Amino acid sequence: MTDTQRPFVQKTTEENADMSLSGKDKAVVKNFWGKVAPKAAEIGGEALGRMLTSYPQTKTYFSHWADLSPGSAQVKKHGATIMAAVGDAVSKIDDLTGGLSTLSELHAFKLRVDPANFRILAHNLILCMAMFFPGDFTPEVHLSVDKFLQNVAFALSEKYR
Amino acid sequence: MVVWTDFERTTIQDIFSKIDYAVVGQAAFSRCLIVYPWTQRYFGQFGNLYNAAAIASNPKVAAHGKVIMEALEKAVKDMDNIKATYAELSALHSEKLQVDPDNFMLLGDCLTIVVASQLGKNFTAEVHAAFQKFLAVVVSSLRRQYY
Repeated sequence: MTDTQRPFVQKTTEENADMSLSGKDKAVVKNFWGKVAPKAAEIGGEALGRMLTSYPQTKTYFSHWADLSPGSAQVKKHGATIMAAVGDAVSKIDDLTGGLSTLSELHAFKLRVDPANFRILAHNLILCMAMFFPGDFTPEVHLSVDKFLQNVAFALSEKYR
Repeated sequence: MVVWTDFERTTIQDIFSKIDYAVVGQAAFSRCLIVYPWTQRYFGQFGNLYNAAAIASNPKVAAHGKVIMEALEKAVKDMDNIKATYAELSALHSEKLQVDPDNFMLLGDCLTIVVASQLGKNFTAEVHAAFQKFLAVVVSSLRRQYY
């Protein structure tokens, strides 16, 4: 049923989660991503490294790596992979659930990452964005990016149960 | 009992000696009110918090940001006694102010982000970890008196 068929019924939580990005949020995220894109790989590597150092419980998901220190090649490479996926999510910002469906299945059935960790990684991504772009990462940009990453996390957890 | 390495002690003291409490306090606290607007519920008496511009220029927000930094300094000055240092503040936040303790880390995250932007490359992963650990201990002490 579309909204026009049931205009007075409250939206379900899932709809709210997917719809909570306003037009302005999307514009802000896309605009900021344009600036971030050249440094995306570096930011991703930094963020992942910091997450593993500051939140040691996250290391449990990478016990198969030899070197979990911030500068390690594996960490940098995987951070770049993650950030590329975030960039892809920006391009799919109008339908994150659909766009991230395959990734959600991966995280749900194969990786089985507790979704609480998505928030931890988001914090570290945001921190690195603030470090690399202090002038551009205003509180308003921070707000929209935080909402966006929350929506990405939600889309990633869709297939869990 | 929290165990601090020498590196952690020096790092925390170094950060706090470098930052301007008024500037960082205002930036972190206003960012928290903007990015996590539900935190505004505790500041009804602060006047105009209607939008980001109003929050950013609000003098009460700025003043309170500084108060928060000065309170954090107490922990920095006595890192082995943070629990005791914050016993009263914990009771205040729980009984009088009635702040949901989950909000403490939201402010902590904003503060980390502001300090990171200020220190730039000097905010290395190791420094970052020490700072997060310090804030986790502060938050844990502030949660203690809740029942």
